[in-house]
Amino acid sequence: MAVGTVDAAASAWERLRRAAGGPAALRIFSFVLLLGVWSVATLADPSGQVLPAPWVVLDTLWYHLNEEGLLYHLSITLWRVAAAFFGAMVIGVALGILMGARRRADIILDGWHILFLNMPALVLIILCYVWFGLTEVAAIVAVALNKIPNVVVTVREGTRAVDRELLDVARVFRVDRRTTFLRFFLPQLYPYIMAAARGGIALIWKIVLVVELLGRSNGVGFKLHEFFQLFDIAAVLAYTLSFVVVMMVVEYGVMAPLERRCTRWR
Amino acid sequence: MHPVAVTAGLTVDIRRKRFAGDGRTPPHTAIENLQFDVPVGQFCCLLGPSGCGKTTLLNIAAGLDSEVDGSVDIHSESTQTRPAVSYMFQTPRLLPWMSVRDNVDIVLAPPARADGRGVKLLERMELGSYLDAYPTRLSGGQRRRVALARAFAIRPALLLLDEPFVSLDQPVGNRLREILLDLWQAQPTTVLFVTHDLNEAIYLGDRILFLSQPPSSVVHDAAVDLPRPRNPDSPVINTFRTGLLDRHGGLLAGAAGSTTDSGSSTP
Repeated sequence: MAVGTVDAAASAWERLRRAAGGPAALRIFSFVLLLGVWSVATLADPSGQVLPAPWVVLDTLWYHLNEEGLLYHLSITLWRVAAAFFGAMVIGVALGILMGARRRADIILDGWHILFLNMPALVLIILCYVWFGLTEVAAIVAVALNKIPNVVVTVREGTRAVDRELLDVARVFRVDRRTTFLRFFLPQLYPYIMAAARGGIALIWKIVLVVELLGRSNGVGFKLHEFFQLFDIAAVLAYTLSFVVVMMVVEYGVMAPLERRCTRWR
Repeated sequence: MHPVAVTAGLTVDIRRKRFAGDGRTPPHTAIENLQFDVPVGQFCCLLGPSGCGKTTLLNIAAGLDSEVDGSVDIHSESTQTRPAVSYMFQTPRLLPWMSVRDNVDIVLAPPARADGRGVKLLERMELGSYLDAYPTRLSGGQRRRVALARAFAIRPALLLLDEPFVSLDQPVGNRLREILLDLWQAQPTTVLFVTHDLNEAIYLGDRILFLSQPPSSVVHDAAVDLPRPRNPDSPVINTFRTGLLDRHGGLLAGAAGSTTDSGSSTP
């Protein structure tokens, strides 16, 4: 019996050890490590002003959530991200397909494309604000213009890689143009569109904050600017944290399931 | 299954088909002075060495390639509609993101889709339990059966097949040939079947056209007057083959010479 207990303990230890090496455990470990490093680092700052402790940030987050309209600014920013994202995706995918499929269009648009691809985000933002005024439209257009060239690069690549043999099937069987596009052509682009969307969300929300900082009077970017001037680092980190949580929800709640759906047949 | 009302004959008259070539491939003439007629409802096999322009000819007939000096005329009794043409490619060319059922339904007009024609064909081909499977789950033989169902689903007046049963095991290939003949008899249509396997052509065809090395033209036109149903393993096929080669050996050397890798029966 004693031997049995030892065996059971050994196998339980073995299971634990194996679980500890598993991906979920590693993720938790990595998160705890971050909190640990953060907590230790706060010791270097006795004032708590420059690097507030994790629990202070959490406390601040709670305060802003309940008293200071964090959700309002968050939702304003999210709406700008969504508008710029969909605008950039629709226009970028359309241009990418056009440039991938039509050589002439590719030659005509390529120069413009390279120009916009290499234009610094800040320049586009300044120009949009100067030309269209400090408006909501100008803000969203500026963000979308920053993203469109990247979408074009990916989708054009995808369009060039489309399997012509499958399109020939549609031609021989006289499938109408709409169905050919939606069921024969577009599904071949899904992996490329998904890749563009993934990178798009990440890039767009960063640029949206800059746009808000420079020319809007609400949104996360505007608030960050305010906290910077007040030197309220706890609030800066609280807003960052809340936005990261939202973007993780978008990634795991929307993008990942969408991608699984698109690649179900593999 | 009801017999099809619209079937079409075929008149091929190609003076020349050239490929311009690009930087990597030199220009070449694939077809020169290729003329023949296929009467309505005939199962016509085209036999020739690889690279002799057989696929090119089918692409022209299917309307995929129109840069040709000459014409491929598809004529049917009914003049109202352009006769429907089906093409079974060398590879099945199924859409991997669609289920088996959708792969057939997608080529059908909505009314034909609604009457469940695609599903009936697939069930007839013993694919009833794979209707919702994706093509990646199927074996090579099953994929070809789906492609065959798709080809027959639109009730074609003309059916083009480009070596559809190559690289299959002999029993699988035999079964597919049997299914093809079964469908063709249930749903008569004019067939142009490209192969490089003489035994396959004798088993399937009413007639065999032997094509030369490129630029290809018809070097011999043989009627296959064997009664149906035929047995792919019967000596009759080999006897017919031997007779053909004895009479026209020199002429057919180029066309039938590549049958050592034959799929239907060993010489």
